[in-house]
Amino acid sequence: MDVVASLTMIQAINQALDLALATDERVMVLGEDVGPNGGVFRATEGLYEKYGGQRVVDTPLAESAIVGSAVGLALGGMRPVAEIQFLGFIFEAMDQMSTQASRLRFRSQGRHHVPLVVRAPYGGGVRTPEIHSDSLEALFSHLPGLKVVTPSTPYDAKGMLLASIRDPDPVLFLEPMRLYRAGRQEVPEAWYEVPLGEARVVRTGDDVTLIAYGPMVPVAEAAADSLASAGISAEVVDVRTLSPLDLETLTQSVTKTGRAVIVHEAQRTGGLGAEIAASLQERAFLSLEAPITRVTGYDTPFPMPALEDWWLPDVERVKAAAEFVLHY
Amino acid sequence: MADNGLTPELMLDMYYHMALSRAMDDRMWILNRQGRAPVVYTSNGHEAAQVGSAFALNRGEDWICPYYRDLALVLAYGMTPREVMLHVLGRADDPNSGGRQMPAHWGHAKLHILTGGSVVATQDVHATGLALASKILKDGRVAVAYFGEGSTSQGEFHEALNFAAVHKLPVIFFNENNGYAISVPSRKQMAVQDVAARAQGYGMPGVIVDGNDPVKVYEVVKEAADRARRGDGPTLIEAKTYRFVPHSSDDDDRAYRTREEVQEAKKRDPLILFEARLKEAGILTDEKLKEMQQQIKDVVNDATDYAEKAPLPDPATLWDHVYGSL
Repeated sequence: MDVVASLTMIQAINQALDLALATDERVMVLGEDVGPNGGVFRATEGLYEKYGGQRVVDTPLAESAIVGSAVGLALGGMRPVAEIQFLGFIFEAMDQMSTQASRLRFRSQGRHHVPLVVRAPYGGGVRTPEIHSDSLEALFSHLPGLKVVTPSTPYDAKGMLLASIRDPDPVLFLEPMRLYRAGRQEVPEAWYEVPLGEARVVRTGDDVTLIAYGPMVPVAEAAADSLASAGISAEVVDVRTLSPLDLETLTQSVTKTGRAVIVHEAQRTGGLGAEIAASLQERAFLSLEAPITRVTGYDTPFPMPALEDWWLPDVERVKAAAEFVLHY
Repeated sequence: MADNGLTPELMLDMYYHMALSRAMDDRMWILNRQGRAPVVYTSNGHEAAQVGSAFALNRGEDWICPYYRDLALVLAYGMTPREVMLHVLGRADDPNSGGRQMPAHWGHAKLHILTGGSVVATQDVHATGLALASKILKDGRVAVAYFGEGSTSQGEFHEALNFAAVHKLPVIFFNENNGYAISVPSRKQMAVQDVAARAQGYGMPGVIVDGNDPVKVYEVVKEAADRARRGDGPTLIEAKTYRFVPHSSDDDDRAYRTREEVQEAKKRDPLILFEARLKEAGILTDEKLKEMQQQIKDVVNDATDYAEKAPLPDPATLWDHVYGSL
C-alpha cells in the first residue's frame, strides 16, 4: 500500500532527510542554520526537534569546516549530509571538495572512502544576483571521484537524495532554488531511490532532442509544448546525474532524432554543454543532421535582477535554437 | 617517572623509534642523492615531539592526521620500516596509496593514520570531523592533527579549532613549531610569539612544550588525550623544536638560515639529549646502545632492499578506486 502525498521539492527533500535520519543512525545533517531555524530554505525544518543537536548540527559559519569536518565524519563512520547555504559559497570549501573528499578513495587505494552528501541550492530565477545564483556544476563535473547530481522534480529530489545518502562516494546534490516551491507532485512516503547515473527521458519525440537538467527542465518542457503546436516533435531528456554522465541515454536519443539542443543556466564557455556536445559528436556523428547547439547563460557573472530574465535561457531561446537545428 | 606511566622499557622503546627514524631519515636522503628516491621530506630534529606524542596515544586506535614532516610519528604509531620505504619509493604495495601520492603523505587505514592532501591545514578540519564522529559514536577515540607553525596562518586552522572548541570535541591540535615554513620564519607568519597563545581565542587550553624532550611531550599529550576522552574538549599543543635538514630534498636551506644557527640548534638534538638522559638513568648502556644501533642498521637495510625490489604500480590499475560505484 503506497502512501503518497502531494509535495513541493523542498518538502520532498525534507522528507528524504527525515527518513534517512530515522532509518540510519549514522546519518546526520550539518551546516549553517540547519538546526532550530530549519535551514534558510526550510529543507531541515523539524529535524532538530526530532533528532537533536547531535545529529542535526549547527556548525560555525565556515564552509571549509563544514565540508572538511564532514569528510572526517564520513571517514569516522558517519553518513554526513552537509548543507552549503548557496552553491556560490562553496568556493570557500573548494579544496575540501576537490582535493580531499573526491580523492581520498583514489589516494588510499580504496582503503578510505567518503560517503558524504553536500547539498546546495543553486541557479537563478529568484532575483538574487551573482554568488547567490551561481551554477557551478561544470567546475565539479571536472573532478574525478565526485558525483554531481541535480533533480528537477519533487519525486526525483527525494529518490535521488536517498540514493546519494546511500552511495559510497561523495555526492554534490544540487537543488534548483527556483523549483523548490514551483509545483507539487505525488511523492511516496516510503523509502525509494532514483538511481544515480541515469538520465530520464521526460517525453519522447522524433525531430529534435532537448537536453536539460535542474531548473532548465521545465523550460525545455515548455519549449517542447510550444514546438508541438507547430507540428515539431521534441524529445526532452533530463540529464539528472551531471557527473559521471549517462552518455548512453543521451546518445540513444540523439541518434534517433539527429538533432540536439543543450540547455543550461550556467555560462557557456567550458560549461557542461560543451562536454555533452563533444561526447555526442564522438558517438553519434553519422546520425547528426545539424550542429549540436547550446542555449546557456552568457559569459558574465550572474547579472542584476533587472537583467535576470533576459540572461537566463527561456522558452523563446530554446525554440529558436530548435528551429535553427531543424532548418540547418 | 612512575606517575606518568612511562616505564624504563617504554622509554627505551621511545628512544629506539627516535633512533630508527633518524636512521631511516638519513637513508632516505642518501637514496635521494643517489637518484633512487624522487623527493624526500623527513623529520630530522622533530623525533622527540613526534615519538613522545605517539606514545601518549592509543596507538593504532586513535586517529592521527599527520603532515609530511611526520616520519618518526608514523614509525612510532606502528608503520613498519618496510611500509615506510614502500611509500617513499612509490611501490605498488605502499600501504597507503600504492604510489599514487607524494612521498611523505603518510597514511595507513588499519592504523587509523589518515592520509592528507598537500595543502597545509586541510587535515585540521578532518581531525575535527573525526572527533565529532567519535563523540557521536562514543567510540572512545581521540583525533590528533599534526601541523607546522606555517600552516596556522591558514583559514582551516582557525575553522578547525573554532568548531572543535564550540562542540567540545575529543581532538588535539599538535603543532610542531620549528621556526620555519620552508624559508619563511615564524615572525612573518604571526605577530605573536607562540602558536599556543592562539588557543585563548578559541576557548581551549594552549600548552607550550619543549619539543626536544619526548617525556615532556608525552606528558602533555597524555593530559590532553585524557581531557579529550573525559569530554572536556580540545587542546592546542605547541612543541617547540627545530628542523636540522632542509624542508625537502629539493630545498637548500642555506638561502634562509645560517650554518651557525643550525649548528647551535643541534646542541639540543633530541636524540643525543635523550640518549644521555637514558644513560644517566641507567636505562641505556653502551652495550645496549651498540646492539640497538646494529639492529636499526639491519632493519633499515632490509627495508631499503625490500622496497627497491618491490614492484611498481601496474599502469592498468590507474582506473581503480576513482569511484566506489558507477
